[in-house]
Amino acid sequence: MIQANDSFEEIESAVVRFAGDSGDGMQTIGERFTDSSAFAGNDIATLPDFPAEIRAPAGTLAGVSGYQLQFGSRTILTPGDEPDALVAMNPAALKANIGDLPEGGLLVVNVDSFKDMNLKKAGYQNNPLQDEEFRRKYQLVELDLTSLTKDALSESPLKPSDKARCKNFFALGFMCYVYGRPLEPTLKFFDQKWGKKLPDVAEANSTALKAGFNLGDTMETARNRYQLAKAVVQPGVYRKISGNEALVYGLVAGANCAGRELLYSGYPITPASPVLEGLSALKKYGVKTVQAEDEIAAMGVAIGASFAGDLSVVATSGPGMCLKSEFIGLASITELPVIICNVQRGGPSTGLPTKTEQSDLLQSLYSRHGDCPLPVLAAHSPSDCFDCAIEACRIALKHTTPVILLSDLYVANGAEPWLVPNVSDLSPIEVKFADPREPYVTYRRDSQTLARTQAIPGQPGLEHRIGGLEKSEDGGVSYDPQNHEKMTRLRAEKVERIADFLPATQIHGQSSGDLLVIGWGGTYGAITSAVKAMQDEGFSISSVHLRHLNPLPADLEKIIRSFKKVIVPELNLGQLSMILRAKYLVDARSLSKVQGKPFKVLELREAFHKELS
Amino acid sequence: MSPSNMEEGSLTKKDFVTENDVRWCPGCGDYAILNAVQRTLPELGVPKEKFVVVSGIGCSSRFPYYMNTYGFHTIHGRAPTVVTGVKSANPELSVWMITGDGDGLSIGGNHLMHLLRRNLDVNVLLFNNRIYGLTKGQYSPTSEVGKKTKSTPAGSLDYPVNPLLFALGSEATFVARTTDTDQKHMVETFKAAHAHKGTSFVEIFQNCVIFNNHAFDPVTGRESRGEQSLILNEGQPLRFGENKGIRLNGFDPEVVELGNGVEESDLLVHRSKTANPAYATILAQMAYPAFPTPFGILRQIEGRETYEDALHQQIQSAQAQGTGNLQELLTGKNSWIVE
Repeated sequence: MIQANDSFEEIESAVVRFAGDSGDGMQTIGERFTDSSAFAGNDIATLPDFPAEIRAPAGTLAGVSGYQLQFGSRTILTPGDEPDALVAMNPAALKANIGDLPEGGLLVVNVDSFKDMNLKKAGYQNNPLQDEEFRRKYQLVELDLTSLTKDALSESPLKPSDKARCKNFFALGFMCYVYGRPLEPTLKFFDQKWGKKLPDVAEANSTALKAGFNLGDTMETARNRYQLAKAVVQPGVYRKISGNEALVYGLVAGANCAGRELLYSGYPITPASPVLEGLSALKKYGVKTVQAEDEIAAMGVAIGASFAGDLSVVATSGPGMCLKSEFIGLASITELPVIICNVQRGGPSTGLPTKTEQSDLLQSLYSRHGDCPLPVLAAHSPSDCFDCAIEACRIALKHTTPVILLSDLYVANGAEPWLVPNVSDLSPIEVKFADPREPYVTYRRDSQTLARTQAIPGQPGLEHRIGGLEKSEDGGVSYDPQNHEKMTRLRAEKVERIADFLPATQIHGQSSGDLLVIGWGGTYGAITSAVKAMQDEGFSISSVHLRHLNPLPADLEKIIRSFKKVIVPELNLGQLSMILRAKYLVDARSLSKVQGKPFKVLELREAFHKELS
Repeated sequence: MSPSNMEEGSLTKKDFVTENDVRWCPGCGDYAILNAVQRTLPELGVPKEKFVVVSGIGCSSRFPYYMNTYGFHTIHGRAPTVVTGVKSANPELSVWMITGDGDGLSIGGNHLMHLLRRNLDVNVLLFNNRIYGLTKGQYSPTSEVGKKTKSTPAGSLDYPVNPLLFALGSEATFVARTTDTDQKHMVETFKAAHAHKGTSFVEIFQNCVIFNNHAFDPVTGRESRGEQSLILNEGQPLRFGENKGIRLNGFDPEVVELGNGVEESDLLVHRSKTANPAYATILAQMAYPAFPTPFGILRQIEGRETYEDALHQQIQSAQAQGTGNLQELLTGKNSWIVE
């Protein structure tokens, strides 16, 4: 079989980016390379980056789709600032990405596609590959990918056009050679995906993959291969998981912990649709899914199901949150548990539907009319979506309230290795329902949490009415001014009291010092990496990454006051920093970025340096 | 609060009356409808705790507060979505949805269409008073063209929606009309709606005594109803008034007088279970003054699966091969072990 025979250069981590037309299968080979790296025992973080159009005009800059990942033997928290290696399948992919490749980086191009027409479409006057300066700047590897793939598949019964489509796996095979990645996970993938239904396709892709690998082996290049040790991690069973997958599993696990049936209703929207699709495939776990007629309906279905006793969940993105707002107010005043997931994307309006942003925090906190505070929490990494989903279930049920769970496109689509938890280790969620043997008072509250007790339709003696009109404690409609103030304050305090049940805030670094970095959500990896690097350089800097955005942790103010300066990096125009300033009267500086892209570690370090100088 | 797990048949109207004061305007048609529903439910053989009444927003939507059942007064136009959630979560419940012409056909038209096509086994009572009452008298989507109201001082411009045609167009499996002036007919219609497996759509002509008084008098008023309304009786020819009937001329209905060569056998015979919706569509389009306005069950189609049954069936058949093991799900097929 395939054997490597040349020398290896030992490296700690590497960043590889695949780029091509949106129909070239870049996401597919990115994911396969990720799987191989996970299989090889490395830590990983990924960044799929694709256009909003499913198939933008071929060969144009608008249609370029990319997938970047960082893998290593050390802890990997981000997909990397810039690639060490770039695979460009056509001139447009080269043009869109070459600016990120540092001098001396490995550049693999599909020269077959560097024809006049494609160069023109990409806006190149001259072929950059014929420019001597360009050629000297990078470690350039020119592969005739289309013809090499066709040659490798000369025996295959596939049509020539179908053979050409295997070229992405040829490229993947070559990169697997360069970075010493095993082919087994990809071969297994072919077998699982096409082995039975389309064996010729499985065979052709396997052949292309191996041919790419072998080409690396036989090519007379002066370059070294790279080798990475396994990452040192806690022993256990691992798998690769994306944020949306982890969210799906977390919701199922949450329902399981609470002993409730799970009903999910959703309307397709990028980037939350995989949650609807993922849960729809879990019927044997008893999961009910309803694809509603619109975003509003999805929320109404969830509220109805919650009233009838299911654990109900919706997931959407910003525009869907706007549409659900009125219903979320109804869930708040009727005090029904519902989990509302918002996988954020660039806004406002359709905005940047396939790019990441954290700009829905204020919407989550304040988008209802009336005084309507709700618990809001945010997942900070793909696997953290699992824990956050269970946490959201716990809060919703224990405190009888809708809960907003924020994810974002970067977290949802990114993937990382995950130490699979033991189901038996997950703590049960205790849910108390009304007892038919006792008189039922609709808004009688638990003395600790202020939560009300739900009475589920179908039980004799517990008949009651709820609704959007203000109620008195006994459940009757009340227009009494004093009662409205009392109920408004009780609902707010109920949410505020969730803070009594939160664990102490974790501080990365010393508990006092010169600069405190406060982050939330998907910026975790970049902030933590930057802070760690600066701590290693001797700076007095610490970070706190908030999971709970409402209520904020009770100990946060004390932590903030233990630092001379506070900076809040966010992928928005400063939403959390505004909250912190308002709540704690602290000069929390905002570090803002709204480009649809995550922070680079380097740009954070530069900003932190500036604060400290 | 008395436990109500009583023997079937032992329920009475009183069991469904709440202590709350009913706060509709004196003389509102809603009182008659509330009375008819409270008279219907005890006769259905359903335990009281299984009833859930869900509404949107509007005068009619205060209904759940006056029913001593589980109830949910939701938001404007969206009751069909909440109903879908309730019934999907627990198909055992007898769900009654209360809506109006504005709630159901204006702000909530979209949701109503999807409820009807999905065919959840619920009963929809649409109170049609052809006016916005709770907001004090603006024209509604069922108001006639040229309606002068506070928001349309020069007369309304838009062509009204026909609730029955809307329901038929959404392929509802049960479509009926009744009126707040006829207790007996309402109770009969509600019972038939309950008996139907699937979404039952019932339009109720309801008089708004304040903002659109006498809107239905020509068809439901004591003096004119004989000549201007048509009671649909299954298997019976379409007869009304002293001696009149409906005959089909091509695709068009026509009013004929019996005698002078016109026999009863020439008349259309009411068959609500006809698969083809054309007949029900003809009925739905018949209206005063050109035709008598029909009351009764226009269409009832058996055999289409309900959404909630299909939903639960899919889960059952998936689980027939073994229920899911959560640990296996989390571990997945491509895990690896770090020693």
